[in-house]
Amino acid sequence: MDFDIALNITSAILFMGILGLLLSSMLAFANKKLWVFEDPRIDEIESMLPATNCGACGNAGCRPFAEALISGEVAPAQCTVSSAEAISEIADYLGVDSGDVVKRVARLACAGGSHVARMRAHYDGLESCRAAAVVSGGPKSCTWGCIGLADCADVCDFDAIAMDRYGLPQVDSEKCTACEDCVEICPKDLFSIQPVDRRLWVACKNLQHGDTAENECEVACNACERCVKDSPEGLISIQNNLAVVDYSKNSLASPVATERCPTGAIVWLDDDKGAIKGIHAKRIVRKEALPM
Amino acid sequence: MGLLNLLFGLKSFTHGIHPPYHKDTADKPIRRLAFPSQLVLPLDQHIGKPAIPLVKKGQEVVRGEPIAKADGNFSVPLHAPATGRVRDLELMPTPKGPKSTAIVLDVYEGSTQEVLWNQPREMSELSREEILQAIQDSGMVGLGGAAFPSHMKLTIPPDKQVDTLIVNGCECEPYLTCDHRIMLEYPKALIRGIRYAMQASATTQAIIGIEDNKMDAAEVLRNNVSKGSAIRVEVVETKYPQGSEKMLIKSLLNREVPTGGLPADVGVVVNNVGTLAFLGQLLPLGQGLIERVITVAGPGIVKPGNYLVPLGTPVRHILEQAGYEGSRTEFILGGPMMGPAVSAMDTPITKGTSGLLVLNEPSIEDESQRIWPCIRCARCVKACPMHLNPSMLGLLAAKRKYDEMAQDYHLNDCFECGCCSYVCPSNIPLVQYFRISKAINREQAA
Repeated sequence: MDFDIALNITSAILFMGILGLLLSSMLAFANKKLWVFEDPRIDEIESMLPATNCGACGNAGCRPFAEALISGEVAPAQCTVSSAEAISEIADYLGVDSGDVVKRVARLACAGGSHVARMRAHYDGLESCRAAAVVSGGPKSCTWGCIGLADCADVCDFDAIAMDRYGLPQVDSEKCTACEDCVEICPKDLFSIQPVDRRLWVACKNLQHGDTAENECEVACNACERCVKDSPEGLISIQNNLAVVDYSKNSLASPVATERCPTGAIVWLDDDKGAIKGIHAKRIVRKEALPM
Repeated sequence: MGLLNLLFGLKSFTHGIHPPYHKDTADKPIRRLAFPSQLVLPLDQHIGKPAIPLVKKGQEVVRGEPIAKADGNFSVPLHAPATGRVRDLELMPTPKGPKSTAIVLDVYEGSTQEVLWNQPREMSELSREEILQAIQDSGMVGLGGAAFPSHMKLTIPPDKQVDTLIVNGCECEPYLTCDHRIMLEYPKALIRGIRYAMQASATTQAIIGIEDNKMDAAEVLRNNVSKGSAIRVEVVETKYPQGSEKMLIKSLLNREVPTGGLPADVGVVVNNVGTLAFLGQLLPLGQGLIERVITVAGPGIVKPGNYLVPLGTPVRHILEQAGYEGSRTEFILGGPMMGPAVSAMDTPITKGTSGLLVLNEPSIEDESQRIWPCIRCARCVKACPMHLNPSMLGLLAAKRKYDEMAQDYHLNDCFECGCCSYVCPSNIPLVQYFRISKAINREQAA
């Protein structure tokens, strides 16, 4: 009896041992035979990248970007998410120039918060700009303006967008990675990705002119053309009752163009002070919402 | 449901809902409202390319005169609904959402508002193409709500065979009764219009589908068609959304429109009774569509009824005439299930507007209840007339998986009838999610 058990156990151990040996030698053989060389630097660089796989660089994710870096197709600075230190670290590791890519951020072409933009109805439905926009263009009188129900803040993976007290999204340019998620979700197409050196900015999309525009929103562009006259020729033009800056002539831009704007729709974006309106822009002291 | 229908011999489709119908204005005859002092006429009242304006600022126009021409084949002209002077071409609010260019017309107060512009023609002498051209020239679109150009609908693609014209007299949306009144009051014009439409689409038979809550209309129409004629009247079950094209084809002919297809794929062309009644009236006279019947109803309205109003009448004017009450009110253009709420009182009545509803406090309170999680009760699955899975679609929409919704769950078959949102015990705004998802998918495809 005891002998039988001992035999069973030994035979099992023997069998499994031989099987294991056989299979592991197959694996060892396959490992040698099928081994593909992969640049070890790819793993190394991937670990230095932020691993967000946001796609803002134009590649499918962080690993494809790392591969493109090794092959020299892209410069390290094209990763908009990494900090300056991380980029220089990668550049040092690869022994290449970090590249001088101007940082790009998402910008909102609307300044019509609740204290300046008139509402024409009360919206009482799904808390989403997309849903409100299909109900006859949203509750604001200005049907081009920001609805303020925070679809962009919801969709932002980097926590870069926060709604301010007037219901307008504020972009934190430190956190913004220019991934374009907010550009896609906004039903009014108010967001666009802009290099930070484009400082002259029209924060309005209203296509009406004169009092019609100003009655709807106190900071609307009323197509008065003062900015056109005050700036170098061709820099700003009025298209469909809206001032449009031609950024191919960006080097000519200066804060002078904003100075006589009566509503403050055109602003100069300063790194420290934020959006600066011209001195002739009407002052908005109201904090509470405009009456309907 | 199926058993009851078998017993009574009622034709119907599967799924769908039975909301309270509130057809209180069914016995109110069509009346004309006073002309407003100003009309707002958007150039894009129809689906397709906007019309091209023919008038300038300050120009005088007479009632019935063309003021905008069609831009190509997929477009219709626009006619002056009143004698007056063009104030300007301005950006005005529309029921669709964004502001669009509209001709603003100051109406002459002293005018008798007779239709002074017409080109009478002998209809029996016209060929098929000439009738289609005449329909386009009249500016006719689907008056049921979609505002699809009628001549395009009646133009059958050369590779398709169509045998039946279905005349949609279901009016399944609660509150609305304008089609009901048209069937009762203009039966002769309707039958004439059906004959023109049959000629234009070369169909051999026409079926008028009417829900069984409008038996009087069915009776009137039966008395107006001779025995053995190609036109017959069929009664279908009162159920929402019976008046949807695909549902009505299923109910009347038991044919199923393939996914992504059109009624022409199963040999059918569908038109609304209002559209055909106005065609029957306008085509022999060679006039354009300048007015339409709308139902003004809802708990907040003082004088509900069915009114004949010139196109471009602002909502504000109708409310002044019919009166409304309530401190919080919601105005809806069309039926309560699918009609859009308006946010501006200047919004005009357009060719596709079938009604103006005023809801006040109690019904609005109902709407703004809290949203609870999905409990997978499958009421929406049982309600969806397209046999989709709204519950699953809703969960995917919340996760923003819009591609998956379209590819694996047939999102594009949803025609936004709102049955799922109506039955959901958790108040999940399902149809709103689907409209957003479809819009995002469309944008990404573009």
